[in-house]
Amino acid sequence: MRAPRFHPCGNYKEVYARELALFETDFGRLWAFVGIAALFCVVPFVSPPYLLYVVNTTGIAAIAALGLNILVGFTGQISLGHGAFFGVGAYAGAVLATTCGLPFLVAVPGAGIVAALTGMVFGIPSGRLKGLYLTIATLAGQFIIEYLLVHWEAVTKGTMGIMLPGASLFGLEINTDLRFFFVIFASLTALTLMASNLMRTRYGRAFIAIRDNDRAAEGMGIPIFFYKLLSFAVSSFYAGFAGGLWAYYMRSISTEPFTLGLSVEYLAMVIIGGLGSIPGSIFGAVFITGLNESLRFATDALMNFPGLSGYGLNMASLREFAFGLAIVLFILIEPKGLAELWRIVRSSFRLWPFSY
Amino acid sequence: MEFFLQLLINGLSVGLLYGLSALGFVMIFKSSSVLNFAHGQLLAIGAFFFLVLVSWLQLPVALAFLVTLAGSFVLGFTVERIFLRPLIGEPLIFVIMLTVGLSSMFKGLLLFFFGGNLQTYPDFLPASLGMQFGGITIAPVYVASSLMGVTFLVLFGLFFKYSPQGIFMRSVADNQTAALSLGVHVKKVFALSWAIAALVASMSGIVLGVINGINVHEISSIGLKVFPVVILGGLDSIGGAIIGGIIIGLLETFTSGYLSPSLRDVIPYIVLVAILLVKPYGLFGLVEIERV
Repeated sequence: MRAPRFHPCGNYKEVYARELALFETDFGRLWAFVGIAALFCVVPFVSPPYLLYVVNTTGIAAIAALGLNILVGFTGQISLGHGAFFGVGAYAGAVLATTCGLPFLVAVPGAGIVAALTGMVFGIPSGRLKGLYLTIATLAGQFIIEYLLVHWEAVTKGTMGIMLPGASLFGLEINTDLRFFFVIFASLTALTLMASNLMRTRYGRAFIAIRDNDRAAEGMGIPIFFYKLLSFAVSSFYAGFAGGLWAYYMRSISTEPFTLGLSVEYLAMVIIGGLGSIPGSIFGAVFITGLNESLRFATDALMNFPGLSGYGLNMASLREFAFGLAIVLFILIEPKGLAELWRIVRSSFRLWPFSY
Repeated sequence: MEFFLQLLINGLSVGLLYGLSALGFVMIFKSSSVLNFAHGQLLAIGAFFFLVLVSWLQLPVALAFLVTLAGSFVLGFTVERIFLRPLIGEPLIFVIMLTVGLSSMFKGLLLFFFGGNLQTYPDFLPASLGMQFGGITIAPVYVASSLMGVTFLVLFGLFFKYSPQGIFMRSVADNQTAALSLGVHVKKVFALSWAIAALVASMSGIVLGVINGINVHEISSIGLKVFPVVILGGLDSIGGAIIGGIIIGLLETFTSGYLSPSLRDVIPYIVLVAILLVKPYGLFGLVEIERV
């Protein structure tokens, strides 16, 4: 048995395999397993029901944010349509579950695949466009999908919405927040692992090459249109998967939530968490959901406080202000996001107490 | 035929408004290549500022108008100085998300102070501005807005062609590094273009407010309509913005008149995608050529 690896005081990597390793040190691996074990064994049993609901929605948001980070943070294609792809996933999940009568285990990945195909269709403009123009094309995609969700009544039932059957996995009814917690976080863990592994393959490296300089990437022989489409597909798959889970979790869906605001929220998660960082997507999802929930809490508290209810009503509008302020402050002060803050904290504890 | 003409007139006037709203947006893009998602909120801020001055403080209309213009000029300048300047040279995504963040900050503040209800200005346009052609009437506001649109188009055209500042702006838009090395004060150009854009935006906001009443959500959503308009005309063409606005306006009214009213809001975006696929730099935009 080899000696366990700790954090070295510099960069002493000698082979590429260590540069590419999933965990830099054995210590990191240990902490990751401890963290996952703590997440699954402690969090669901100590949180009160409402907190568990918030944790679950955070997990779903984290899956979608992870997907967006693959597209924006790793491939450098800015998409304002992620909320719509999430909606496509939610509706695809609902339709697969009701009209086609597929089981939960098939419907949710199926939702991801439908969203991936949609994402590829709306990724086609990326063949000719880049930067601002592509952003605007995805913005148009957002509005077109929103329109289709409302008006393609034969499939989506329009503004009526769809009710879903209960989810069941291997004969076990998944009907409580607690059971959903395990499904959502098992998926999140698997999808996080998948994303980190994707970035270690030639596909991931091609994405990063396109982000850093698309012309140089093309000059090096990377077919950039193929990889851009692939990136759109993977990212929308994550969004659709999250959407499918969300539809099952909510039990009924309507067209309202999947607006441009949702897309912007996902982009905010990715920016605040850290562009091009896989843990960053999860930090961002936690931050934004936490911000929303704490502001909601503050609003409710003020509303119920006699004499202050007028202020409480105004707080509701300030939620939007706080959301914008968080984005602006992060961009101006720490553009690399929470992942960078986390790295700074970690590296100041490296070689502790003898750090320099 | 009557119906067609009425639709045509409606479309033209709505389109002119879109064009007018897009002017400020194009100003900013033309000099600093920033895609301003907070444009709708700039429109709304101008409209509400004017409302405060006219209805609450009871200032005379002309004075209120001038004060609004001055105020929004200062606002644009400040926004650029505080928020946009640190981002010069940063990746596109940060600039875009910054304006998105700004838009939701402004919207939150406007909702906080004015609420989400519809408000209206007192009637101040003379009725004699209205026109009548046969059976078709054109309301005074539309005449006023067309006059304003044309005036500003001419003014901006002259400004960009002859004034030193306008020439600096064009040079910065054309090649930032080259302009910098020839002694153009690029930061000053950015600040000035934001200030002018905010000024134009507040003016368009007032016109929108006179026509449709002022509501935070309504006016903010016009800020998103600007995208198909400017893409159609080319992101960096001022004349194109007006023409794009008119095309989108006509398209919207004819779609809702002849096809279906619900298609109205999505048809600009469908056209937008089609245009982007066929002519990515718009009808009048500058074609950027890249070679590998």
